[in-house]
Amino acid sequence: MDEAKIRELNRKCQEIRYLIVDTIGTVGVGHVGGSLSPVEAVVTLYYHIMNNIDPSDPKKAGRDRFVLSKGHAGPVLYAVLADKGYFDKEMLHTMNKPYTKLPSHADMKLTPGVDMTAGSLGQGLSAAVGMAIGSKLADDGAYIYAMVGDGESQEGQIWEAAMFAAHEKLERLIAFTDYNKEQLDGYVNEMSGLAPLADKWRAFGWYVQEIDGHDVAAIDDAVLKAKANKGCPSMIILNTKKGKGYSRAEQTPIGNHSMTFTEEEHQAAIAELKGGLEG
Amino acid sequence: MNFEQASVLPMRQVAADWLKEKMAEDDKVIAINADLGSACGTLGLAKAFPDRVFNVGIAEANMAGVAAGLAAYGYKPYIFTFAPFATRRIADQLAISISYAGLKVVIIGTDPGVSAQMNGGTHMGVEDTAIVRAIPGIMVFEPSDCGQYAVALEQIDAYDGPVFIRQLRKITPPVYKPVDGKEFNLLTADLLKEGSDVSLIASGVEIEQAMKAADILAAEGISAEVIGVHTVKPLDKETIIKSVRKTGCAVVCDNHNVIGGLCGAVAETLALNCPTPLEFIGFQDCFGAVGKMSDLMERFEMKDKHIAGAARKVLTRKN
Repeated sequence: MDEAKIRELNRKCQEIRYLIVDTIGTVGVGHVGGSLSPVEAVVTLYYHIMNNIDPSDPKKAGRDRFVLSKGHAGPVLYAVLADKGYFDKEMLHTMNKPYTKLPSHADMKLTPGVDMTAGSLGQGLSAAVGMAIGSKLADDGAYIYAMVGDGESQEGQIWEAAMFAAHEKLERLIAFTDYNKEQLDGYVNEMSGLAPLADKWRAFGWYVQEIDGHDVAAIDDAVLKAKANKGCPSMIILNTKKGKGYSRAEQTPIGNHSMTFTEEEHQAAIAELKGGLEG
Repeated sequence: MNFEQASVLPMRQVAADWLKEKMAEDDKVIAINADLGSACGTLGLAKAFPDRVFNVGIAEANMAGVAAGLAAYGYKPYIFTFAPFATRRIADQLAISISYAGLKVVIIGTDPGVSAQMNGGTHMGVEDTAIVRAIPGIMVFEPSDCGQYAVALEQIDAYDGPVFIRQLRKITPPVYKPVDGKEFNLLTADLLKEGSDVSLIASGVEIEQAMKAADILAAEGISAEVIGVHTVKPLDKETIIKSVRKTGCAVVCDNHNVIGGLCGAVAETLALNCPTPLEFIGFQDCFGAVGKMSDLMERFEMKDKHIAGAARKVLTRKN
């Protein structure tokens, strides 16, 4: 990836972070931390990697798909979809308001561009496996991407899906773990630790890479390597910081899973994120 | 496969043979097993359609999720396991990955209630209908017999929404007769015998017992009407209300806990529309046990004589 593209994507990450914080700040409460940690991965996918996606035809056949298995990070997906033109950016201000089409957990029935409903953790990866089988049967050349949470990886169904995807040799399934090391009640490794996470996925038969999850070039490089790898699905473990890019969230470990915003905090947050865009 | 052909087959074979025909004509149809393909009769499909028959192993939650992903991709998945594992074990996946997501998956749970026989209480679904009924958007279907099942499967395939089928493995006595000029309707309960004193509203294996109970009662001068309910949700309220308006009382008979299944569904409907004295035949809020089906029906008081007894009792409560 060249320097200009890196600059462009990093700038886009800033814009998306601004939209996330403004979306959650407007409604006054929401999943800030886990929406901010996977920003670079979601941006690199939607603005650089995914093929055949079309905001004017959200259900286009043969498109690459993205399953946000950690469905509570809906705001990052909504910010990206709005920015790409799947729906009007003004709609972001309706999140979680009466009759909204943007419930904080991703809902494919309500939101144009959302490829799978998720929210009850552990389920999305299985759906991505089903889609990867569908793509293989259709021989349409699509890639299926999935974003799994680290806390979510405590769910047994993740490992059922892991085992079966490897058995079916789903080489066009590329999953990410947003390894921000925090969950709602505390640190992952203080509750039911995942280490050694990369070894676990390798033992389940996946091609595994572990990278800096905030490095867009590293994300692109890892996806290219995953695509070059044949015969098994890929897991890219993203070492991330929960709440990345918003100072109040970064400074509130554990407490940033869901944060409340007063109007003052909302204004301060968007001023901070806007400052990043001007700098 | 038509009604006559299916009538002489075990129920699991009706489903498997029908699916084999369907898969031949529609390349979007997929079958998924969870290590019970041999029990469900679907293992052989893999020989005919190796690319479209999957076995996820003993991982029912993943089976439901994979099916949801396939449905999102435009495929028509049919998933198979025992009734309790198709419902109790994966209620959240049925709710969120399938129904909440608006995806059409057909979930086939075999050996409900007493038909689990030698597998006993752990495998004896007494709550499967109740669980699925409480999830918005999923049809609950229990074939009355093998012939009806074959006809119903075509309509289930065409139905716009997920469907849970609680299905026996074995051959069943014929209870449903197609009426000339009247096509089977997935959404309409079957008036199997007309009567005027008491309504016997039954599903699955209880329909045969209710028909026999009607004979016992007839010998005593009591005229029982028998309604076979194959689709518990959405319930055909009209047929049920019409019957009890005539008879004034009913016995509801279900191979399931009396809480939440057909008994619950009928009670809810009648409480709101036409309050009626009722008696319930089924598992009286207890788990199942191991044994032959006939012995279990005796133990859990689900036979014709028990239904007749409940009918006599409910008749005393009529105004």
